[in-house]
Amino acid sequence: MERVPILKIGAVLLVSIQVDMQDQMALQLQEDLGQRIVDTGCKGVIIDITGLDIVDSFVGRTLSTIASISRVLDAETIVVGMRPAVAITLVELGLSLNGIRTALNVERGLELLARNAEPDTLDDLDLIGGPEATSS
Amino acid sequence: MALKAEQSERLGKLLSERSEKISKRWAEAAAAPLKGRLTVAESGRQTTELQLQLQKSLSDGAVNLDNSHTAELRAVLTELSRGRARQGFTATETATSIFALKSALYEIGEVEKGGETALRDYVAWSAFIDELGLFTFEAFSKAREHIITEQSEQLLELSTPVVKLWEGVVAVPLVGTLDSARAQVVMERLLQALVDTGSPYAIIDITGVPAVDTQVAQHVLKTVMAARLMGAECIVSGIRPQIAQTIVALGIEFGDIATKATLADALRHAIRHGGAEMRAGKRES
Repeated sequence: MERVPILKIGAVLLVSIQVDMQDQMALQLQEDLGQRIVDTGCKGVIIDITGLDIVDSFVGRTLSTIASISRVLDAETIVVGMRPAVAITLVELGLSLNGIRTALNVERGLELLARNAEPDTLDDLDLIGGPEATSS
Repeated sequence: MALKAEQSERLGKLLSERSEKISKRWAEAAAAPLKGRLTVAESGRQTTELQLQLQKSLSDGAVNLDNSHTAELRAVLTELSRGRARQGFTATETATSIFALKSALYEIGEVEKGGETALRDYVAWSAFIDELGLFTFEAFSKAREHIITEQSEQLLELSTPVVKLWEGVVAVPLVGTLDSARAQVVMERLLQALVDTGSPYAIIDITGVPAVDTQVAQHVLKTVMAARLMGAECIVSGIRPQIAQTIVALGIEFGDIATKATLADALRHAIRHGGAEMRAGKRES
């Protein structure tokens, strides 16, 4: 069965869906992504659905679930590149994809993640007795 | 009702023999009810063309309007009706131009002196001319419908422009009543503009919407939701005091959607929240 590739760029996982999603594929992605977040410790996930012509209620709900799972694993999910027709259909279906953040394209999604990322202040704290902090 | 072959022949003969007189009388009779809105010369040109075509069809053996001999005659009639519809004449005025041929035939054909055969012929011819007249009615209403659909499409195109206000901000100034069809067009245009320009902010300006009811609000809310799904934020602006009162009275909830009184406020809001790049108004490379 086809799998959706998950690419790691810096501290961000990029999932680019290029073909129409079958239900099984969506479930597989949900599993794979959880595993990758734990393995890599990434804090952000971008799901690019530019290539999706059809988002049905199942795929919509799976996207919501993926976002929730990621949040539990301390990674923020941003869905990017939704087509106008898809957005209209989802609204007409009454699916507002609660809890999912969205951006117009991958670039804006990355910007959004960067803006929301907590500044890494641990280096400035001498109080924490990590190995690097004591040696310097 | 079809003409008999010999009636058709006799009508053809009469038309060709007394061609000029009939043509003149017909033109006069046709122009009279138009009260000068169409010149006698113009109306005469039309009736002469019709007469020629009618003569031709009859000599081909046409007995009614439905067969292949009259294809050209029908084309001429359709053209006449379409022209009249565009010029703003009524269906009656158009059909009267055709019926005017009857009086011309009656006078020129000297029906009164012709005895019973002539009278029978005249009744049959009349029925045939009625058929022509009814055909113009049909063609006229078709042309009208065509014009109406064309115009409503044009109106739809005209009334929903999406403009770029600032780098990263697009706006739709809505003017006129927002029905479902228009709302759909607005929604599609706006969302497409968001994709095309990569703008994270959209302003829906309802200054020109005369009244906001629950349906209009529903459409606006749907558009905002769809834009959010795509990753853009919508601001609703141009809410007049009366409209604000209606919105509250109807219990419409705009939730966390930003609403502003004027377009300027909405633009300021977008720029303030849009980051340094947008504040500088720089074009993205």
